[in-house]
Amino acid sequence: MPTNAVVTDIKQVTIRFSGDSGDGMQLSGTLFSTLSAIFGNEIATFPDFPAEIRAPQGSLHGVSGFQVRIGAKDVYNSGDKTDVLVAMNPAALKVNASYLKKGSIVLFDTDSFQKKDLDKALFQTQDPFEELNLDHIQPVGVAITSMTKSSLEGSGLENKEMLRCKNMFALGIVCWLFNRPLEIADKLLEQKFAKRPKIVIANIKALTDGYNYGNNIHLTASTYRIEPVEATKGFYTDVNGNTATAYGLIAAAEKAGLQLFLGSYPITPATDILQELAKRKDFGVKALQMEDEIAGITSSIGAAFAGCLAATSTSGPGLALKSEALGLAVMTELPLVVIDVQRSGPSTGMPTKSEQTDLNQALYGRNGESPLVVMAAASPTDCFESAFTAAKIALEHMTPVILLSDGYIANGSSAWKIPELEDYPEINPPYVQNHFNAEAGEWKPYLRNDDTLVRYWGIPGTPNYMHRIGGLEKDLVTGVISSNPENHQRMINIRQQKIDNIARFIPEQQVLGDPDADTLIVGWGGTQGHLMETLLRLRDNGKKVAYTHFRHISPLPANSHELLQRYSKVIVAEQNNGQFADYLNGKYPDLNSICKYNKVEGQPFKVSEMVEAFTQMMEGK
Amino acid sequence: MEATEIKYQKYLAKDYKSENAVRWCPGCGDYAILTCLHKALAELNVDPHNTAVISGIGCSSRLPYYMNTYGFHSIHGRAAAIATGVKVANPALSVWVATGDGDSLAIGGNHFIHAVRRNVDINIILFNNKIYGLTKGQYSPTSSRGFVSKSSPYGTVEDPFRPAELTFGARGTFFARAIDVDMKTQVEVMVEAARHKGASVVEVLQNCVIFNDGIHNKISDRTWKADNTITLRQGEKMLFGKENEKGLVLEGWNLKAVTIGEEGYSLDDVLVHDATTKDNTLHMKLALMDIADDLPVALGVIRSVDTPSYDSDYERQIAEVQQRTPKKSFTEFLLSSSNVWEVK
Repeated sequence: MPTNAVVTDIKQVTIRFSGDSGDGMQLSGTLFSTLSAIFGNEIATFPDFPAEIRAPQGSLHGVSGFQVRIGAKDVYNSGDKTDVLVAMNPAALKVNASYLKKGSIVLFDTDSFQKKDLDKALFQTQDPFEELNLDHIQPVGVAITSMTKSSLEGSGLENKEMLRCKNMFALGIVCWLFNRPLEIADKLLEQKFAKRPKIVIANIKALTDGYNYGNNIHLTASTYRIEPVEATKGFYTDVNGNTATAYGLIAAAEKAGLQLFLGSYPITPATDILQELAKRKDFGVKALQMEDEIAGITSSIGAAFAGCLAATSTSGPGLALKSEALGLAVMTELPLVVIDVQRSGPSTGMPTKSEQTDLNQALYGRNGESPLVVMAAASPTDCFESAFTAAKIALEHMTPVILLSDGYIANGSSAWKIPELEDYPEINPPYVQNHFNAEAGEWKPYLRNDDTLVRYWGIPGTPNYMHRIGGLEKDLVTGVISSNPENHQRMINIRQQKIDNIARFIPEQQVLGDPDADTLIVGWGGTQGHLMETLLRLRDNGKKVAYTHFRHISPLPANSHELLQRYSKVIVAEQNNGQFADYLNGKYPDLNSICKYNKVEGQPFKVSEMVEAFTQMMEGK
Repeated sequence: MEATEIKYQKYLAKDYKSENAVRWCPGCGDYAILTCLHKALAELNVDPHNTAVISGIGCSSRLPYYMNTYGFHSIHGRAAAIATGVKVANPALSVWVATGDGDSLAIGGNHFIHAVRRNVDINIILFNNKIYGLTKGQYSPTSSRGFVSKSSPYGTVEDPFRPAELTFGARGTFFARAIDVDMKTQVEVMVEAARHKGASVVEVLQNCVIFNDGIHNKISDRTWKADNTITLRQGEKMLFGKENEKGLVLEGWNLKAVTIGEEGYSLDDVLVHDATTKDNTLHMKLALMDIADDLPVALGVIRSVDTPSYDSDYERQIAEVQQRTPKKSFTEFLLSSSNVWEVK
């Protein structure tokens, strides 16, 4: 590094890598976030890609982006707007123009900003920056394509393969700009392409040349430094929500001493869970790609009957298909974890975009009175905790549990301290042979624990406990099919009470912020990172405000009503038209303090917008 | 040979019978199928607690309630998928599916063909009465074209599925057929189905006494049975008729029913049944024989081919992976993954 370089210390930065679906922007972004995490920064990422696998080159709808926010501390989300945009073509510039902060750096590939490229992105003039009124930013043009090619001359790669390395040249420039050590990136590339040494060498060469290019010509007036944070001692890795969910299930199966079974069907954005678990035969995981969504859940119900920790993974349209079978799991009272990685709806909607619109479906989307447990994961790493807890509740309370994740936390990643399983609670399913306190001959399949109302689990293969279960209503004592009116009413009540009882086994709802505030912000699910930062900003602005985030939705934590009553204003923020707010109003009709903040654009919340909106709500405007 | 074989019978047919009162209509063919399953399980002598019977919805699907085994009466059409989960979860179990023509060929068609294609080691007893009984008399996917029912008052204008054809189309490795009243053949084919490793389909031509009485009469009635059916046995000549005086021969690409000693046909011309050939061309022809084409309806085990079952291959794969990967705790596994760093 030249001694005369100007280095500015900053606290946080948000960078977006953007280009065609085939430009390797997801890889550049992942490498940059991982190496920053290893370097010691906090990270939050947001892959934002189109549903099309390879849309026409240079077109607006083919733009794929990877946003990463890094910082010394308080990185709760991937950021509203960007400080640096890497635009591999004019379409990427156009799509992201409105998300550029004042003074932000736009690094663009001059080779792909020619007339034909501008035409593809539907620009009318030859100056895209002026056309988009981008007079408040610093454009930095670099001939990325041609320099990558000359960098790799003599590498023995085909022209096409050389061009594929231009994402590394661009990443090299960004690494220079933020003073990132290249050795970490080199190691990551060696791991990534372990089986293709030629590709490793080429990528490292392009990366290094990009870095040196920035350094040698002083591409910008200053480079930036973000100091590493002092994190808790231990081993870390970076993890996205889907992988963390899969890990949570594996950990629960290990803890319960059961085999993990997943019946699933590929669906965006949940497929990674199936793929991750299919890899884990080393843990004896049985992950079946079934013929459809219904077979995904019904094979899992079969596996639950046969004594596995059974799960199924899907997204909104898949959950709709699974609803009849979910009713069967409610009726037969079998343990089952259903993961719904929510995406934009209705119908096919916007498959790669995220929202929280499946809450009503999770709570109510079945025929009959069919109560079950609904939970929601708050962040990529919280997917691990939530999946573990969902499995524990399902197994110990003999019930299906729907765990809501969403596309944002499923694909987004953050640093994760590797857990020690000893720190996690035991999981003790109510096996009939261990927990039923009488002779086997007296046992009937719907007899229950008096306290929890949980029935016992008699697993095929266990001598003396042969029994029949099914979707028909059963007599509450004998377990024989029954259409007796009083019996049905009692069974309806018992199934509800069994779920309500679970509130005794989950932690009380906690509040952050000012305990004596008048206003409480309420969130649930994958919006936690954005709401957390909103809370901090409001308090920085001198507002007294409290915040609570729900993981358990059905049943709600036991202190929820009392907690909500304490505030004269309760702002429920969610990415739907008010489903959780209406649910709370229905549960607690005496509350008249609920205000709704709803946004359903398929994009993450914007902290700046929430700060403004909440301030107005608090001031009663 | 078999008569002299002495074996220890741990269980009798009654040991597979539950205490629940059977609630099918008097005279229903389902009673015979239930009795045959009890007998077949006794013959197999499998532990009742290691047996799971899964069903969907319909009259036939009430069967698990009458079995003193583990049983699951599920939802319409899904039995094959649930049974797949049960068998893969615990391959040591003997897993049976009780299903009807509506349950497994209409609403559950997708699960049926995929369970057969995957070759999961389950035994599917397909009760074919060509009618929806529990909903009181609508045509089913196996009802013949023109069939008049409550939902087809002017006769259907669609062709039926033929279960064998669908099974072979899904690359099925085992298909057998029996008639509800012929309990001997039924028990035999159920036992063979259980012994076959992979998905076994047993079609039982079953009479619905209320809504489709007599639909199989031309095959099941004693008057016609000998001439209108042929019971196929592995390695034996394809003979039928009251005195075994008739046989099946191949003429060109087609099967033909002939009388031995007539038109110049001798016993040597009669085909020998081989259910084990990988090529299913002849099995298909045998299974689709129809009295309308002057051919007897085939009963017995028509096809039985040994290939690895899905569940056994799945176990094998797990064992292979575990053998070449050193056993790790979950935390050790995470620590050994890529992108791990230490904060000191």
